[in-house]
Amino acid sequence: MQGLYAIYRKEIGHYFVSPIAYAVVGVYAFICAGVFNFSLGQAVQQAAQMEMQGGGAPIDLPGLVLQGYFMFIATLLLFVVPMLTMSVFAEERKRGTIELLMTSPVTETQIVLGKFFGSLTFLAAMLLPTVVPIIFMYFFSQPHFRVTIVLGSYLGALLIGGSLMAIGTFISSLTENQIIAAVLTFVLFLLLWIIEIITPSGTSATASTVFNYLSVVRPFQDFVRGVIDTTSIVYYFSLMGFFVFLTVRSVDSMRWRRA
Amino acid sequence: MIEVQDLTKSYGPVTAVDHISFSVNKGEILGFLGPNGAGKTTTMRILAGFMPATSGTASVAGFDVAASSLEARRHIGYLPEAPPVYLDMTIESYLDFVARIKNVPSEKRASRVEDAMAKTSLIDRRYELIKRLSRGYKQRVGIAQALVHDPDVIILDEPTVGLDPKQIIEVRHLIKSLAGNHTIILSTHILPEVSMTCDRVVIINKGKVAAIDTPESLASQLKGGLKVRVEAQAPEGPLKELLSKLGGVKGVQIESARTDGYTIAHVETAQGKDVRSEIAAGIVGKGWPLYELRGVNVSLEDIFLELTTDDASHAQPAAN
Repeated sequence: MQGLYAIYRKEIGHYFVSPIAYAVVGVYAFICAGVFNFSLGQAVQQAAQMEMQGGGAPIDLPGLVLQGYFMFIATLLLFVVPMLTMSVFAEERKRGTIELLMTSPVTETQIVLGKFFGSLTFLAAMLLPTVVPIIFMYFFSQPHFRVTIVLGSYLGALLIGGSLMAIGTFISSLTENQIIAAVLTFVLFLLLWIIEIITPSGTSATASTVFNYLSVVRPFQDFVRGVIDTTSIVYYFSLMGFFVFLTVRSVDSMRWRRA
Repeated sequence: MIEVQDLTKSYGPVTAVDHISFSVNKGEILGFLGPNGAGKTTTMRILAGFMPATSGTASVAGFDVAASSLEARRHIGYLPEAPPVYLDMTIESYLDFVARIKNVPSEKRASRVEDAMAKTSLIDRRYELIKRLSRGYKQRVGIAQALVHDPDVIILDEPTVGLDPKQIIEVRHLIKSLAGNHTIILSTHILPEVSMTCDRVVIINKGKVAAIDTPESLASQLKGGLKVRVEAQAPEGPLKELLSKLGGVKGVQIESARTDGYTIAHVETAQGKDVRSEIAAGIVGKGWPLYELRGVNVSLEDIFLELTTDDASHAQPAAN
């Protein structure tokens, strides 16, 4: 395990000394905060309108804001994760450091897991600043909204982010070219994201159900609404596990490629 | 310490390594010599555990590199053709990382890193980022990482490439000082390096072993044909004819023939024959002024060229 930990430490180090990484986190936090603001404004307007029209039912303002906010956080991951994962393996191959790793007494699994956990840690660090607006809203909301919704949504964000990172890491191991890795990753994400929407209306019921289950964003939508379903958790872990497995195989296959 | 038997590596129709066999004793320094594409790097990569062989066996420190790959790798320090360094780490943190992935126990790590830096004269620059280093220094870091876990076997692929003459001498001293405690394989194109640092040499060409022997022994095997360098004021054709007809002469090459008749020729003689007096007598007898006549020692370079050149005619004779 010393090997896995050493690689994990190194990956985190790479992320946190890279100015690009800081820029990405900064911009991400800034945009999310902006969207939060916008969401809040919209929700308040909407609420005011409904009140004027004589609606008597209490409106869950924070709930509305949070739903929009978290959906945006996740959607933004769609764009940001490919940029973060594109160099995970591509860089190692380009610099020749993969040869160091593969001639050391560490298994491919340790290499891939060390890198994957490093990426996950960075994802968590990236999501951290997004909690700031929520904290403010908490103190200004009466009654205080249930914190479990926030926790559940962040769990969902980590799961969906983790899955995307696993996919991105796998694609990064297939090519030396970072740009190709980033583009392929983004396209694959997009497909999995909108697969629900784009299934043609003529497809059979079973096919549609299959495609629905493949959608990577639907379970997340449940999380955001406060529905934490074990099936969804299993789904995300399976996705991560599957792509980590594929990455391990891909790394192993590097030993067979022509020098 | 290292046993290689019938090692073969093919990529489809292309055979990069063709039934190579050799062994390296504990504490020995073995040199790998061969033209580009001969199969040196491929063989080293198989030994280091990077890629599997197509057939044949190799074992390092008693461990088969295919069956017990992880265990074998614990005993190997490897420097590939390009030093495998992370540019955004400092020298010390990089070596610490390598020590970790090579399973150096935590209580020994700091001292091993110190030791590796000391041996490669990197202590002064330990906190510098690797991306700021010159190529020569990066190469030194590469050597340091091969040493950091004090491995039984050290495999160096062209360790002196990119270094300046002073650094090359330092590296050669370092390699020699490591022998005995460590078993070393190094590959190089620099021929004097092999005779200077290696106990034995394996000459590889086109994936096959062309020769395995000590540098001295290889040299003396070919030395049986002493080469004689002749400089005379003589027309090219007749001079060549005269020399070729002498007893014991294997071949004559004209190195240069000026229009004013000044000709330089190289005469190859058969084993054990010294024909210098006959050459002198012959040239003077024809009335041609003889300017220079000397025996030329066969160097490893001649052996290398002889063993790895394809056709019978040799390239430019080595200047000595």
